[in-house]
Parts: sequence; C-alpha cells; structure tokens
Amino acid sequence: MIEFIAGVFASSNYWFIVLRSTAPILLVTLGAVITEQAGIKNMALEGSMLWAALTGVIVSAFTGSPWLGMMAGILASVTIALILGLFALKLDANAVLCGVALNLFSTGGTVFVLYSLTGDKGISSSLPSKIIPFIKIPFVETIPWIGKVISGQNLIVWLAAFAVVAIHFVLNKATIGRRIKATGENIEAAKAAGIDPVKVKFFTLIVSGILAGIAGCFLSMGYTSNFTSGIAAGRGYVANAAQVVAGGTAIGAIFASLIFGLTDAMATYLQNIGLPPELIQALPYLVTILGFIVVTLIRDRRESIRKRQLLEGKLPKGSLKPIAVGGSNGNGSLGGGAA
Amino acid sequence: MDYLLRTEGLSKVYPNGTLANKQVDFAVAKGEILGLVGENGAGKSTLMKLLYGEESPSSGTIYLDGKPIGFSSSQDAIAAGIGMVHQHFMLVPSLSLAENLVLGQEPKKGKSSFFDLEKAVAITEELGEKYNLKVFARARVVDVSVSMRQKLEILKALYRGAKILILDEPTAVLTPQETDELFVELQALRSHGHTIIFISHKLNEIFKLCDRVSVMRDGRMIGTHQVADVDRQTISNEMVGREVLLSVRKDKAKAGEKVLVAKDLSYIDDFGIAALDHVSLALRKGEILGVVGVDGNGQSELVRILTGSARSLSGSVVVKGRDLTNQKPGALRRAGVAHIAEDRMTVGTALPASIEDNLMADRYFHPEYKGRAGFLKQAAMARAATEIVTTFDIRCKSAKQPVSSLSGGNMQKVVIGREFTADADILVIAQPTRGVDVGAIEFIHKRIIEMRDQGKAVLLVSSDLQEVMSMSDSLVVMNSGKIVAYFEDASATTDKELGLYMLGLKKQNPEEIGKVLHE
Repeated sequence: MIEFIAGVFASSNYWFIVLRSTAPILLVTLGAVITEQAGIKNMALEGSMLWAALTGVIVSAFTGSPWLGMMAGILASVTIALILGLFALKLDANAVLCGVALNLFSTGGTVFVLYSLTGDKGISSSLPSKIIPFIKIPFVETIPWIGKVISGQNLIVWLAAFAVVAIHFVLNKATIGRRIKATGENIEAAKAAGIDPVKVKFFTLIVSGILAGIAGCFLSMGYTSNFTSGIAAGRGYVANAAQVVAGGTAIGAIFASLIFGLTDAMATYLQNIGLPPELIQALPYLVTILGFIVVTLIRDRRESIRKRQLLEGKLPKGSLKPIAVGGSNGNGSLGGGAA
Repeated sequence: MDYLLRTEGLSKVYPNGTLANKQVDFAVAKGEILGLVGENGAGKSTLMKLLYGEESPSSGTIYLDGKPIGFSSSQDAIAAGIGMVHQHFMLVPSLSLAENLVLGQEPKKGKSSFFDLEKAVAITEELGEKYNLKVFARARVVDVSVSMRQKLEILKALYRGAKILILDEPTAVLTPQETDELFVELQALRSHGHTIIFISHKLNEIFKLCDRVSVMRDGRMIGTHQVADVDRQTISNEMVGREVLLSVRKDKAKAGEKVLVAKDLSYIDDFGIAALDHVSLALRKGEILGVVGVDGNGQSELVRILTGSARSLSGSVVVKGRDLTNQKPGALRRAGVAHIAEDRMTVGTALPASIEDNLMADRYFHPEYKGRAGFLKQAAMARAATEIVTTFDIRCKSAKQPVSSLSGGNMQKVVIGREFTADADILVIAQPTRGVDVGAIEFIHKRIIEMRDQGKAVLLVSSDLQEVMSMSDSLVVMNSGKIVAYFEDASATTDKELGLYMLGLKKQNPEEIGKVLHE
C-alpha cells in the first residue's frame, strides 16, 4: 500500500490531477474566505456552483461560445449570491438557513431545467456544449515531469492561481479590504466611520458569486464536459470548512484546498486497487473534515502552550497573535465602560 | 448669547411607547465645555442620539448656527461638524490606529484604489501633534491602552472635521490620573475653538472641567447653570428630584473564618495578555472584600474563575476546605458560591424567559419542586417566585412576564433576588448597580450589607470607585491582572491614593499584599 502511494506521488500525472482537483475548491474557498471576513457566511456557494455549471453548458451549447457560456454561468452564480444577500442582509433572515434553502432549491431546480430542455434528468450529454480551452505552454511542456504537471491545464486552473493573488491584494492592500475587516470585526465601528456594512457584505457576496461561478463552469466545461445532476458534489459546503482551515487568508486557502485536492486526486488511483468506490468518493470530504479538526485542535493547543509560556515570562508580551477562527462575526467590543 | 447648537421643544417617543425626551430645550455656545448630567435613563443618551442624527425627533427642532436642521443619519451630523465619542469604542481591534483613524475616508496611492498606509500614519501623527493627543499610529488597537483608544476616538472625530464634540461618559474607563490628562486635552481643544458636550454623572468632574452644566431628569431638561454659580447639592437634588443619601450606612464588620481561599490564579486572554497574573485572595465570613480597578484589569476574569465560568492556568480555589479548582459553575454553586454577573443581560438572566423561570433557574431541581414522574410542581414554584418578587420589590405586573420587559434596575433585582435566596455562604458580586436607577441602588446596597451582617462572605467588584469604597470593609486594588495593594481597613485610604495604585504608579510589597490571605 505504502509502495503504491509512493509510486503515485512520484508520477507527474498524479500532480496534474491534484492541480485540476484543487482549482475549483480553491476558487470557492476564496469566496468563502472573503465573505467570512466581512462577517457573513455564504452557505449558498453550492447552489451558485450548480447554477453556474448548468447555465454555462446551456448557453455555450446555444451560442456555440464557451466564453458566453462562462459569462452566463458567472451571472447565474452571482444571482444566487445576490438572492442570499437579499434575504440575509435586506430581510434580516438567517444567512446559513437561507443558504441551505437556496442549495436545496438549486439541486432540484437545475435538474428540473435540465429535464425540461433535454428530457434527461441525469446528464446534459445531448447538448452540444463547449469546453473552456486547455493551455499548452510551449517550451515548458517539454521539461520532463514539471511540463507534464503544469502544461495542458485548463485555463481556469490558472485563473484560480490568479484569484489567490487578487483576493490577497483586495484583503490586504486595497481600501475595500480594510472596510471588509472593519465590517467583520466591529460592525458598529464600520457604521460609525460611514461605511455601509450592507454594501460591503454585498460586495463580498458578489465576489464570492463570481468565484463560485468560475468554479462551477469549470466543473461542467473543463473538469468534465457535461452537466450532471449534483455536479458540485458538496464542494460549496467543503469550502466553508476549508475557509476555517485557511484562517481567513487567501494564502491559507491554498493549503486548505490542497488537502481536498490531494485526496481527491489520490481517490482516482485508489479505484485501481480495489477499494470500494463509495468509500473512495467519501475520502476527500472525510480528509477535509479531519483537516478541519486537526487544524482547530493544533490551534487550540498551540494557543494554550503559548499562554502558559507567556505566563511564565518566556515570551515577550504581545507575541501571541489573535487567531482567526471561523465565525469572525465578533463585535469586538473594546474597552466597554460602565453603562 | 448666540448658541451654536440649540434645540427647541425636542421630544422623542420610541416605538415601544417610551417617552425618552419631553420638550427638551438645550443649547450649547461656541467654544464652551457644557456638562450634561442626569441619572441613567434620564434621557441624556437619547438627546445626544438626536443631535448626532442616530435617531430622529418625534417633534421639535434642532438649530445649528441658527438654521433648522434635520439629520437623517449620523453621516449628516458628521458632515455638519458634529463628532461623537461613544462610550463603547467604535474601533477595529486588528487594524492599526492609523487605519482606524482614516477608516471610511482612506488616503489612496495616487488615483488607484490602493490604501496608502504611510499617508494614514502621517495624518495620524500630524493630527496628534496638532491637538496634543499623541498616539502610536502604527500599533494595532488591541495592543494599546484604553486611554489611548479614547484619544484615537477623539482624533477620529477631529479628522472628520468635528467642531462640536460629544463625549459620552468618557471617564468611565479611565483612572483618576488619566481623567486629569483627558481634561487638560479637552481644555486645549476648547482653546482651539472647539465646542464640547461632556456627559457624565460624576459631579466632581463636571465642576472641574465644565463652563456650564445642564441637568436632565425623566426625559426633561431640569435646568442649566453656570458652574461657578451653583453648588453640588443643588445639581444633585435636581438630578434625582429629592435629597439623596450619598453614603452607605453600615456597622463595623465582624470578620469570621475564611470560607474561600484562591491562590495563584492566572488567565491569559485571546490576545496573549495576562488578564490575570498570579492572583491570590481569601474571603472571610461577615466581611465585604472590595476589588478596585479600572475596567479590564483582571476583575472580570477573577470573577469568572471564582464562579467556574473560566479556567485558571495555575493555582487553586478552595471553598470551605474543598478543592474546587476549575470546577464547573454548578459544582461551585452547590458548594455555596452565588454569582451576580457583571452582565445581567447575557449571563445574569435569560431575557426572553419569565421572571419566575429566571428565579427558579438554579433550584427547579430541588426536592420541594419535584413532583411525580419527573414533572415539576408549578404551583410551588409560582409561590416561591412571587415571594421573591415581593421581598425584593421587583416591579412587574406578574412573575410570568419576560425579564426582557423589565427596566435595568428591576432586572438586576431579579438576579439579586435569585442569588441572595440561594442559601449561599459566599457571594461573588460584579457591578451590582451598573445602569441601575438611584432608588434601586440604595435598595441593592442595603441588601448587600444585610447579607454581610448575616455572616456571608462577599467579594464586590465594581467600576464605580465610590461604590466599592463606601461598601467594602477591606479592599484590594487590581492593575494589569495583578493585585497591587491590599487595605485591611477600606476607610483608611482615599480615592487619590487608590488612583495611584489603579494606574500602576504605586505598588505595595508582596508581604503587604499577601495579608489578604489572612494566614
């Protein structure tokens, strides 16, 4: 078994699949990170991906253009995010419950639309949908091993890498990043500074909708070449767990989604050695949950060790950084005097 | 006199029917410091919210520079040159002071949307220099002291062009020394031509700082005086509408045996600061041990550890000879520790539950309320609750109404009614009269003294220095998570002396502090 896994790790094909599997989860995780930083949980990412995947396929089939298909898919995804915003931010409903409701609606809704158009409830193979191009890099593709890993990846894999940089800049360098953090950490402070928290949250929802939209289109127009019912396969939910592992940063999102990507790619290989496919399909999710638990435990433990060290005077004051934990919706009440 | 900001017949009725402001005529002149005093619930905060555009008046008019104005949000007020420093700071903890200062009006690099941190730092330092409000521009808010956070709040208002500054009880979180410093800074702002509205209920501060003082009571403006022409008793009477008993009457304590010994307790908060740093103390029967300190110097953590809602990283808590270190709240309650929590809204009561349910929360499982087959004896519980409602003078229509419908004072009486009838020997009391009206304060103080006279051991934590000093038999002072002083006789010290300890400027030697253990 160990030999088998070592063999897999050495193969360039495995790492090719790792990048391919990581890209969609990375995109949605970035979406979850940015909304969480603004203090709203986008549970509807799953639904966003489903609609994007279906719309992309349909529009590309009718227009013959993968680009128009992708734009339409992103639009559909953003629409779901906006509906969530409407309920959670304008009508004051619980964001998580609305998100789950939207996901349930999307699971059924996409199949309904698919069936109405094609008469098939499972797969869109009767639609002549298009594919987003794969990028062959001249010269690089001739480099042994490395070339096989990074050349020939889908455009969206590269887009995912670019998205990390973009979100990192938005959160840390752009003005809006400060406003997002202010909204998430102390909404009263944001309001007092003339920031409209609802606008900020809508902004992050739209960004997360775009990211989930790209991820969704990838699933049906690159990762595979069809829409199948339930194609998002829980990635939208996983993203919300991965977001916690990511610790609220774009760079952290890479590691968090790699946990999923590594296992997901491994699962394709494990099928060859006779493990039950049901177990294999569950693996990436199981490992993500385990990652979630391990990261949380490590953080707790590291924190308590450092606290003890601080107490015994072994560390300088202020060397313990506040830890970003999921649900950074704290109102950050500071000072707090007598009422 | 020409007034800069003036209101005429201003009234505010909240949707729930509360008449918070009744026909208020209020005026402040350019370049003065006007004190606004009144008890909690007198309508000061509502009036300020109206001036700051956070609420709109039900009737009446506000004039700025003689022109009537109607703010639809605080943004309008800011644009008109009115700034407010809230009691609860409006800061983002993980951002730097400079970033907080410019939040919402950030300097950008050229025409891009990139944030210009260096420019923000420069703005902060320049502004701090100009108004002599020096802050560490690059430090994060979590890392700086409360008084620096407050300076930052004032700078924030000035950055947004405030000419009129409203300060809502700014000294509540400051030591006496920091308060003096703030007053110097405010006077400097006045000489720059700024107008300041200073809300407080501490009369000595009003007399030290203000030019004029306005008094509110029950939503009405009772009167405005030149500070030079009026005495404290007049203001005090106007505030409460009757003669107040300013001191607490009590006999000398007869301290008995030790019932709770806490040794070497420590707690580190999420920001890595030693909120509680090797603290030891003992509680004796029939004695009130007061804890003095500026809010946030470890008092809350001490109370939470003693009542089981936080874990200590070191040391022990021994109750009547039993080691109960880091036990759950239930275990400590069973051992006879009652807890009046500092926050009655979240910890002290369950707001949507009825008064009765809240009163029975710690005892519904007692044999006298247990019926057959696991059912509770409703009638017995209702009787017991009604009895507490009567003895503790909880003003309500019925014990079945939700606690959320009560006023702050009555809510606190629910907590006190439960904890004082819990048959505990040790009472851990935090902020018993925070946000409670004068009548209820007298009542609560009397009850605490009664408990002491019955031989209970009391730990009293309060950010109201006057309260701790007058109630306590002995005192400890906390600073930065440590006990820095112990006074066996609370009447043998003064507020000025305590201030030095609160600020950490003075510290007793370990031997003197160790006497609190009575070994």
